[in-house]
Amino acid sequence: MLLTLLVFLPLLFAVSAAIWPQKETVRYLALAGSLIEFIVSLCVLVQFDKTMPTMQFVEKYTWIERFGISYFLGVDGISLMLVMLTTFLTPIIILASWKTIDEKVKGFHAALFILQTAMLGSFLALDAILFYTFWELSLVPMYFIVGIWGGARRIYATVKFFIYTMAGSVLMLLAIIFMMRLTPEVTGGQMSASLLDFYRLKIPFVAGNFFTPQTLLFFAFALAFAIKVPMFPLHTWLPDAHVEAPTPGSVILAGVMLKMGTYCFIRWVIPMFPEAAEHYGWIFIAAGVIGIIYGALVAMVQPDVKKLIAYSSVSHMGYIIIGIFVMNVYGVNGALYQMLNHGISTGALFILIGMIYERTHSREISKYGGLASAMPIFTIAFVIVTMSSIAVPMTNGFIGEFLILLGSYEYSPWVAVLSVTGVVLGASYMLWMVKRVFFGPKGEIVLASEHDDHHALHDLNSREVAVLIPLLLMIFWMGLFPNHFMDYSKASVDYLIKNKTDYMVPGVPVAHQATQEVSK
Amino acid sequence: MNTQILIAILLLSPVVGFLLNGFRFRSTNYVSAGAIATGAVFISFICSVLLFVELVGLPAESRTIAVNYFQWIGVGKFTINAGFVVDQISSIMILIITGVGSLIHLFSIGYMHHDKGVTKYFAYLNLFIFNMLILVLGDSLLTMFVGWEGVGLCSYLLIGFWFSDSAKAAAGMKAFITNRVGDAAFIIGMFILFTTFGTLNIHDLNALAPTVADASWMGAVTLGTLMLFIGATGKSAQIPLYVWLPDAMAGPTPVSALIHAATMVTAGVYMIVRLNPIFIMAPNTMMVIASIGAATAVMAATIGLTQFDIKKVLAYSTVSQLGYMFLAVGVGAFGAGMFHLMTHAFFKALMFLGSGSVIHGMHEEQDIRKMGGLKKYMPITHFTFLIGWLAIIGMPPFAGFFSKDEILWQAYSSPRGHVLLWVAGALGAALTAFYMTRLMALTFWGESRVDKHVHPHESGSLMTIPLIVLAILSVIGGWVGIPHVIGETLGHIPNVWEHWLEPLIAKLPEAAHEGHSVAEEWALMGVSVSLASISALTAAVMYLKKGSDSPQKIATSLGPVYRAVYNKYYVDEFYFGTIINPLVKVSRQIWYYVDVNIIDKATYKISDLVKGAGSFVRTLQTGNMQQYALYIVIGVVITLSLVMMR
Repeated sequence: MLLTLLVFLPLLFAVSAAIWPQKETVRYLALAGSLIEFIVSLCVLVQFDKTMPTMQFVEKYTWIERFGISYFLGVDGISLMLVMLTTFLTPIIILASWKTIDEKVKGFHAALFILQTAMLGSFLALDAILFYTFWELSLVPMYFIVGIWGGARRIYATVKFFIYTMAGSVLMLLAIIFMMRLTPEVTGGQMSASLLDFYRLKIPFVAGNFFTPQTLLFFAFALAFAIKVPMFPLHTWLPDAHVEAPTPGSVILAGVMLKMGTYCFIRWVIPMFPEAAEHYGWIFIAAGVIGIIYGALVAMVQPDVKKLIAYSSVSHMGYIIIGIFVMNVYGVNGALYQMLNHGISTGALFILIGMIYERTHSREISKYGGLASAMPIFTIAFVIVTMSSIAVPMTNGFIGEFLILLGSYEYSPWVAVLSVTGVVLGASYMLWMVKRVFFGPKGEIVLASEHDDHHALHDLNSREVAVLIPLLLMIFWMGLFPNHFMDYSKASVDYLIKNKTDYMVPGVPVAHQATQEVSK
Repeated sequence: MNTQILIAILLLSPVVGFLLNGFRFRSTNYVSAGAIATGAVFISFICSVLLFVELVGLPAESRTIAVNYFQWIGVGKFTINAGFVVDQISSIMILIITGVGSLIHLFSIGYMHHDKGVTKYFAYLNLFIFNMLILVLGDSLLTMFVGWEGVGLCSYLLIGFWFSDSAKAAAGMKAFITNRVGDAAFIIGMFILFTTFGTLNIHDLNALAPTVADASWMGAVTLGTLMLFIGATGKSAQIPLYVWLPDAMAGPTPVSALIHAATMVTAGVYMIVRLNPIFIMAPNTMMVIASIGAATAVMAATIGLTQFDIKKVLAYSTVSQLGYMFLAVGVGAFGAGMFHLMTHAFFKALMFLGSGSVIHGMHEEQDIRKMGGLKKYMPITHFTFLIGWLAIIGMPPFAGFFSKDEILWQAYSSPRGHVLLWVAGALGAALTAFYMTRLMALTFWGESRVDKHVHPHESGSLMTIPLIVLAILSVIGGWVGIPHVIGETLGHIPNVWEHWLEPLIAKLPEAAHEGHSVAEEWALMGVSVSLASISALTAAVMYLKKGSDSPQKIATSLGPVYRAVYNKYYVDEFYFGTIINPLVKVSRQIWYYVDVNIIDKATYKISDLVKGAGSFVRTLQTGNMQQYALYIVIGVVITLSLVMMR
């Protein structure tokens, strides 16, 4: 029941927020609700058995018997990490939007909680139709968050976002139905939408022939997820969506929603189509490498800070794609860790940019300069998050990036050599931006604020510090003691790597030696 | 005391100092900030001394104190511990870092007392010490890399310390990004070694190294060590990545002394000495190291001849001296490289602090053309600087003589040496003597060219005491490594240094030192010392003779050559023109053309197609009865024709 509670509790808060009588206090309700939700997720974390690589807390009830569709939830070490990321970021997002969102406050928090349900559902669902429902459901609140509370070109951006993602999911739905029709082979006549039955389907793979079932299904799923990530060259919806989205929208988008794509590669694509994933993996690795370099180069020349961070996401998500598709223990562990890191550091960057935008209503880099002398605490926070983003050791970013690069080196040294340029380029675009915004002589905005009491640049207030402190603590905690986090997922990742072709098939003994190796 | 606790205190004391100062960074109370920071480093120094004493007490074969606090990363076979090793090499390093570091902290209290950011400054300085200690004590290449990048970060923060000056902020950024180029190679080097040996633990790597037979260019060991060396060229400012160090002089002068002379920039040399059993297995890499080192030593020295900023002269001198250290390790003289690292830390820290004292006394003036005759205003600074000068130009018995002489002799006599390497080294020594004498002459001697409104004064005791201590070290620091030929002549003085390091230094597989006589060693020593003396004398005459205009005459007669050297061979301009500007330009093109005009337009095309199809279908549904009748007719005709054609 714990997982059901975890998934649907936010929905309850969404309803309460919508019908709450007072506009002023709904924020407190939302904050309290999101904290309760975080505590529930901590309960899952505490009871979670780290040594068990397969699904835990499993709940299964028949939903539509005729098609074998069920309400089927479960969590393993991989999804647990993303669930925790979601519940951790939500209270921070609510606190960060305290002042930004002042219209339709109730509606905003209702949308936020519906989104949380949808995201958690996508991470925990083990039934294809249930998953698809959550996956599509996540689009709706996001559509409204950007479309109602967004910037000037919000309608354009939100429609673009919606249609892009829809285009991918339609193909996925077709693929799901196709696979459901195959399941009687393994279940003995009964149709099933269970992911575990999908794993058992050994759809024959024909190398070299594109028009064979496994290959086509692989690409149908992969396209949907690649758009969500977004993987080069399917990324152009992201900069628009980020620039137009309000701060909380950007944080959720970068922090959690992009990870739905990469997570589903691990949960769905690789174990369902192991041979195709191996055979065509190079396409994704190549796209990842191009994404790293391309995203970094385009980020470097952006005049708008938010767009710069959006393109940096393209670059960072390129690393994660590579880590997943090299399919070795370093790459996948690194990719999973990097998903958390990116959620935290990029989420923090969007929050920081939101804070400065509230004060100056400008995101144009060239108008800044000398901000460090006006807002020293803000500067310290920004520089720390920058260090995490460019993967300086002792911050979280380093662990993920290094493991991914190590994994890619094992796959092919050339992939590592090309990807490692991102280490240099990442430092270049971030530090150049930091220099132009914070250092140097005082720029237009800072000078104007000195003579204008209405737009005076106050340094961070205590609410804003409270928003940032958990993020900053995580940056160092995850950088100094990665095992505190990775220990939850190592067993599951290891199991996936060693049992790609018979993943979670009942009766096949669980490969335990790996976890023992680690504990030694 | 338990060594585990001792090392923990050694490492964490600067962290505590960093946090104490960091959380009250707005305070301008330089006394408390300085006391906290200096105290923190001094506690680390005491720990280092205690560890050193402990080490001396151990038998020579097992002089290693290793601690392991926790597993840092553990994924599959890749396990890295938060483990630290104090042995013959790293114990010397921690003594230098915390010892020289304490002196520089003390000096900083005097130097930075008027600065509003003094507390932040000391916080950064402590953070640097912490990272530097991680770098030298880390028991694996990856823990070393943590410190390696960490010191780079501190260097970035301290170079750009006066951030409201755009040029200074840019210098910090340049340092970080240039270092990142090296670090990227370092990462690849680690991957190569890890896939070859299955570990990144330094002790294990060194033990496994002799099992490698493949010494070819494409062999894993050669490629791996080459990559690590590229990392070293970034951190230790060698060709081609040295360009950041001269710009790094934008930082406060004590920072230049601590980070950009005594400690951080020597990290590359230290890394190679640490891994000497592996580097020995890659003769090709060593040849590259020696050549790059020699070339850097000469190239940087020539630039040093022409600069007028007191700190820039010292910066190029540092690049040049680091070149000597790489020359040493490149010919297999790892002990000599470490030796020069130590003596250089003493005399170069001394000279940088001395220049700081001069700049302080001259009210922020750095141009030596506007100095001269400072000897009488700043006697202590002058006297200590004089000792540094004698040490760096290699006058016996000052510290620099012993270490530089050892390097030159090894460059000539080692089986991996070459007479050309010796020639380059000796030429560099002559150039060094020239530009250093020029610096002395223009700054301290001769007639005063000081502006009438500036009243130079001697610095306070907080600044002069560190100078005096470093001056003493610059005299006696070399006596631990007296070469055998001199030691024998003076009567059985042992080479303590060589003896101390011996267990950790791998022997070159080639037979050593055969065919070289004692007479040769004396002769070479004589040549290099007399070269340096003649060169120093020439410089003194040129720059001190009244009414002499020979420097200008030479400069004019050399014309374009002089301008090229004065402008640092236009290397910065070259990098900007060939790498940075094109990259930015190309990125703009990619953004405008590829992202906006191709990829995004393509998706519009697809959506237009869908829209078009939709509107086409829409036109069919007009509600017009005649039109529907027409469709029916067309349909019937097509069906009929299909049926009939069968």
